[in-house]
Amino acid sequence: MRRKAQGHPVPMRIREPFKLLAVGAIYFWLTAFALLPNLLVVIASVLERGSDEFVAFAFTLDSYRRLLDPLYLGVLLDSLGLAAATTALCLLLGYPFAYLLTRMPVRWRPVLLLLVIIPFWTSSLVRTYAMVILLQTNGWLNQILLGLGLIAEPLELLYTEPAVIAGMLYALLPFMILPLYAALEKLDRRLIEAARDLGAGWITIFRRIILPLTLPGVVAGCMLTFLPGLGMFYVADLLGGAKTMLVGNLIRDQFLSARDWPFGAAASVLLTGLMGLLLWAYYLSSRRAGRGALP
Amino acid sequence: MSPRNAARIAYLILIYGFLYLPILVLIVYSFNDAKYSLEWRGMTWAWYRNLFDDPDLLRAALNSVLIAALSATVATGIGALAAVALYRYEFFGKPLLQSLIFVLMMTPDIVMGIALLILFASLSLPLGFWTLLLAHITFNIPFVVVTVSSRISGFDRHLLEAAQDLGATEFQTVRRIVLPLLMPAVAAGWLLSFTLSMDDVMVSFFVTGPTFEILPLRIYSMVRLGVTPEINALCTIMLGVTLILILIAQLLLREKT
Repeated sequence: MRRKAQGHPVPMRIREPFKLLAVGAIYFWLTAFALLPNLLVVIASVLERGSDEFVAFAFTLDSYRRLLDPLYLGVLLDSLGLAAATTALCLLLGYPFAYLLTRMPVRWRPVLLLLVIIPFWTSSLVRTYAMVILLQTNGWLNQILLGLGLIAEPLELLYTEPAVIAGMLYALLPFMILPLYAALEKLDRRLIEAARDLGAGWITIFRRIILPLTLPGVVAGCMLTFLPGLGMFYVADLLGGAKTMLVGNLIRDQFLSARDWPFGAAASVLLTGLMGLLLWAYYLSSRRAGRGALP
Repeated sequence: MSPRNAARIAYLILIYGFLYLPILVLIVYSFNDAKYSLEWRGMTWAWYRNLFDDPDLLRAALNSVLIAALSATVATGIGALAAVALYRYEFFGKPLLQSLIFVLMMTPDIVMGIALLILFASLSLPLGFWTLLLAHITFNIPFVVVTVSSRISGFDRHLLEAAQDLGATEFQTVRRIVLPLLMPAVAAGWLLSFTLSMDDVMVSFFVTGPTFEILPLRIYSMVRLGVTPEINALCTIMLGVTLILILIAQLLLREKT
């Protein structure tokens, strides 16, 4: 039986039942409802489509081949493009915002941060719906633009790709800001002062100090916006109409209407693979940032 | 104020405006006494009253509260114990467990939704209350672990050692010292789980059946048909409930140990 380095000579025996319960519960739950289901998805993705069962037990890589079919490849690339555009916009708007938050007076920061946390936790469906109201043909934005005399007649804002990007930006921006803020807040200001004393300009300071040290936050933020950006099928439904299809819509349709579970599972494995890549990037960037920081 | 500071504040206001303006418009219109017009025609509670006259909607709301309360409770139990275990003990596969919790939190909802759907289908579980409950517990657990862990890391180890020197069993130590100190974080974890569960669309979409309807999915099917003042009212209520729970959770977490 192992004992912790600084542990006291308490007999380990009495610890056991509680430890067993605490460790056992989480182990059981994650194995049964996280590991096992994902394993089943991988298995389903290499099976054939069934006629009366959802899958037939015969090995095939057909589902993966079909992801490369021009029809689906187009959906895939469109969706990746939309998610990438959303992520880039979130980063572009969110980084300066998060930085400015960390420069605000300490007594204001909790309130300002809370104002970001509130939308983070509120339903993204409700917020997507709020975007629909804003973008309707007879909605607010059009009224304002008409009132300012910028346009002569209402624009068709809804059911366009920009509308989908706007909706995803709206739903996901807090998910970019919060990890960025966490990373920027930890940043040691003395490093910046030292660099300035040594004559570095702002661009050099940002490129050589701020960015490398906050890179884990950037990667985490990108992961939290890019992956949902591929999957949020209701944003595409409500703001893009039938014209825009995300990987999320594709997957949903395989499970609900097309009844092609192996294909849907293969698309989901693809998303999981992307997540793996991003997690790897996160791991690498935090290792690098950790090494570069002052003791 | 220097022009530079003014520019900074203007930028902050612009982003906050972007985050809050659509929500504010939604809330204002839920009280507007006009069915289709954007013009302000005076204040009304009519849309809210209509909601309460809809028995299906009320049932869906009750179902949602039930699932949210139950899943938050189970997830808080498992998640808080896990956070304590990760802090207190060394055990086999601990790094693996930690990364699994992290990965589960990062997993896109749609991936989790279909993974659980495939699990339930292969177990031949009928989709409805139970499958929904199991799914919600699963996505709530990592958030409880993270919330409670962040509190634990600021813990004074000496308190625990003192208790054990005085002959407390592990169970007594946890019940009399660890839990009371953790209570605010545990309560916050419960509240956050509750809101996550109340608001979830994506995972629920795949793992519930026609026999058990919940509020977000009901809203989703209503919203697809277009904008109505009743939906504005319903969404305003959802926002209000979330807001209250978040504020309480944040207060609980802010309090220093």
